[in-house]
Amino acid sequence: MAQAASAIRYLRRNGRLLVGIILLLILFLFAFVGRLFVDGNDAYPLSAPANLAPTLEYPFGTDSQGRDLLAVGVMGTYLTTKIGVVAGSLGLGFGTILGFLAAYYGGVLDTVVRWVVDVLLTIPSLLVLVVIASTFQGGIDVNGMALVVALLAWMWPARVIRSQVLTMKQRAFVRVAQLSGSSNLEIIFKELMPNLLPFLGASLVGSVTGAIFASLGLEALGLGPMREPTLGMTIYWVMYYGAFVRGMWWWIMNPIVIIVILFVGLFLVSAGLDELANPRLRRRV
Amino acid sequence: MTPTLELRDVTKVYSGGLFKRRSTVALEKNYISVGGEHPTIVAIAGESGSGKTTMGMLMLGFIEPTSGQVLYKGQDLWALPKPAWTEFRREVQAIFQDPFEVYNPFYKVDHVLMVPIRKFGLAHTRAQEHDLIERALTSVGLRPDETLGRYPHQLSGGQRQRITVARALLLDPKVIIADEPVSMIDASLRATVLKSLRLLRDEAGISILYITHDLATAYHICDEIMVLYQGTVAEAGDVDSVIQAPKHPYTQLLVGSIPWPDPKRKWGQDAVLTQADVFHVETKGCKFAPRCARAMDICRESPPPLFQTEAGRAVTCYLYKDAPVLDGSEIGKVLGQNGRGAAEATRDGVVPKPGVPQVGLPG
Amino acid sequence: MSAPILSVQDLRVYYYTEAGAVKAVDGVTLDVARGMKMGLVGESGCGKSTMAMAFMRLIKPPGRIESGQVVLDGTDLVPLSEDRMRRVRLNEISLIPQGAMNSLNPVARVRKQIIDGIQDHNGRFSRAELNDRVEEVLEAVDLRPEVADMFPHELSGGMKQRVCVAIAISMRPKVIIADEPTSALDVVVQRQVMETIQRLQQELGISMILIGHDMGLMAQSIEHLAVMYSGRLAELAEVNAIFEEPLHPYTQLLISTLPVLGAKGVFRGIPGITPSLLSPPPGCLFHPRCPQAQEICQHKVPTWQEIRPGRWVACHKYEV
Repeated sequence: MAQAASAIRYLRRNGRLLVGIILLLILFLFAFVGRLFVDGNDAYPLSAPANLAPTLEYPFGTDSQGRDLLAVGVMGTYLTTKIGVVAGSLGLGFGTILGFLAAYYGGVLDTVVRWVVDVLLTIPSLLVLVVIASTFQGGIDVNGMALVVALLAWMWPARVIRSQVLTMKQRAFVRVAQLSGSSNLEIIFKELMPNLLPFLGASLVGSVTGAIFASLGLEALGLGPMREPTLGMTIYWVMYYGAFVRGMWWWIMNPIVIIVILFVGLFLVSAGLDELANPRLRRRV
Repeated sequence: MTPTLELRDVTKVYSGGLFKRRSTVALEKNYISVGGEHPTIVAIAGESGSGKTTMGMLMLGFIEPTSGQVLYKGQDLWALPKPAWTEFRREVQAIFQDPFEVYNPFYKVDHVLMVPIRKFGLAHTRAQEHDLIERALTSVGLRPDETLGRYPHQLSGGQRQRITVARALLLDPKVIIADEPVSMIDASLRATVLKSLRLLRDEAGISILYITHDLATAYHICDEIMVLYQGTVAEAGDVDSVIQAPKHPYTQLLVGSIPWPDPKRKWGQDAVLTQADVFHVETKGCKFAPRCARAMDICRESPPPLFQTEAGRAVTCYLYKDAPVLDGSEIGKVLGQNGRGAAEATRDGVVPKPGVPQVGLPG
Repeated sequence: MSAPILSVQDLRVYYYTEAGAVKAVDGVTLDVARGMKMGLVGESGCGKSTMAMAFMRLIKPPGRIESGQVVLDGTDLVPLSEDRMRRVRLNEISLIPQGAMNSLNPVARVRKQIIDGIQDHNGRFSRAELNDRVEEVLEAVDLRPEVADMFPHELSGGMKQRVCVAIAISMRPKVIIADEPTSALDVVVQRQVMETIQRLQQELGISMILIGHDMGLMAQSIEHLAVMYSGRLAELAEVNAIFEEPLHPYTQLLISTLPVLGAKGVFRGIPGITPSLLSPPPGCLFHPRCPQAQEICQHKVPTWQEIRPGRWVACHKYEV
């Protein structure tokens, strides 16, 4: 209970973190609570009369394929966030493990990992993703999407975690652990990992953001799950049906507003976590 | 009796630079043994770059010698299979310089005491574990209720360092390598940590290798001393006589630079040259010659051998060329076999016994 | 006796944290005469570094100078504007901070770092004058002129520290504060750096305040010694007098813990731990650990007074 109280007190001082969390919370409620009130099926074509501006019955309007845009908004938020979280977590998880092993054991393993990571990082990831995604020719589903994005999300975390571990490896408490008879794996998981948790938390936010961004890019190009109403796919249909020319502002604003709130929220949380992890950034007393 | 740890003709070279052009000889053809029949505290003294830290790291098995052998109970350490290293780790422990860095900031200080108990199976029940920890803490003069359950930043440097000593005591090793254990602690708090180190020898029969650049504290708790200069022995012998009457010009410089807390006993007036003042000149002769006020021609020609000037003293300096020459491997004649620890202890009627001491210490 | 070059009157520096106000410096009064070598000794956390920062007006939030005066050659530094204070720093009072050698800019040559310091605090010199000054100060600290074009990583610890000393004296200030200038150095290098500082201090007539915890170093380097405990001064006198006849019980205990040649193997510590600066004990801060504590010590703060010419103490034993 005392921990919750001090957490709330801290949030009051860390404005960015607070606002960021609030924004994300709004979207979270929108997506999850929304699913209780809105029928998911309405997010698919032929659920409603097409091209309607917002009315009482359809508060977000409908699109050219007859989707209820309120349902689309709710489902889209849920699906895109899911892709982002799954891909971001997978990428971070895999990258972390690889980074840890490479840094701690050094030698051949380190050289190989470093080489692979450096080479892959120089290749523009979007190109690779386009190539991979286009082999599925639109037949991909949401989970497949997450996996595709995760494929290129692990390299940066691997590199960063590796350098963090390299510095930590030199610290005296690692030597003490060795003298205490701890095995290498125990040192990695029990001594080094806990110290990296704040860093990993912040990296997760960055990883998720990057994954969402990548998924939006792929979907807008038409390489995403064509049947699903993700945010990126909505953008694709907006462009496909020329919504700009037809002045269908309700359709255009739908994904854009959500995306803006999502990214601003993620950014603020990331900046807030930065301030949390780095006491020197704390401004107020 | 085979000493617990021995360095036999050990040389350690660090090679750096793109084509391995720049290599530094950290330690050269060194012989020393620790953990003999009688527990002793040996000081390894020198400036930075003398090789003393390298010696400590070699003894702890953290680095491998370039040539020569590191012997654990008479066997080559690096030729031993992994399981034998568990015993080695149990019997050879360390106390490090930075009393903050040795703690994992994520855990409370209890962690550093509990991990070795669990890994080495020193206790079978929670109660035994708790008992063991409490006794170790009280014997270094700490109150368990004031120290356990706290995070490292909540304790003072002196308390943290004493906890590391308690940890070493807990494990009941044969040898402890103490690398500058008090240099990062306030001068006024050093006494308590040093006292607990002496306790390790007196009551638990542990031999200590005390690595330092501060001869004042070395004088107070050590029995013998080996002064290193750029990887080779300059002088070795009984600590009292070495510090009160140093023979090697380098030792004289070290002793003369000790800031004694006595306003009437100030540093000398002679100009002082540090290692940085003379470049890394590849001298064929004595390494100290470029800084030595009494260097002679022969000093620059060839490196001086080890001269045994009296029963408990050896110096590598041509000023004493009339004394009998010792081979490097014979350093044991002036070090390690004195058994001063036991002699002193039996004089006081206390016989050193292994295991965690039962006696608590005041203050 | 001429006016003191630095006069500190009832200085208080508090740090405002979530848990309350930490009284890092709580009522310090002392005078430093021209050309005097003064030492400020105390254990870690007693507030001596905070004092140094306060003299330089470098205290940052959440800390602040609560009250008191720091009068440097007639001017009180506490109420000065930041602009004016910047011109006072380095020119009239300078600091060699703790671990200074580690805060040298690793990607700038020594020459640039010295020049940067001068230009930041006194921008009126020409290029030629600046280079001349660089040569001058390097020679003053016994460094070869080639050092000016080297990077910090090419220098040894002692050399880096001497560069910091060179920066501190570059504008011939009236007062230099050295906060543990030799803490990470070997004994021989320590001696060299201290001897350099002392020689300079003598040649240039600068007043020096040496802050540290090592009584041995103090005995070798300074003439007057102030002993600090938990934010307040315990004792102040000539160093010989303090060693011969320490008055405050804390000073007595401090001296008794020191290793002395001849008394081998005798170890004494000071029992107990330093008090929390957040909720300090009432009365004299030292009374919980003081072997000579009386009833009055538990509730009345002892006054800082000059009980004999040149001997200041804050202790009820000597209260007049």
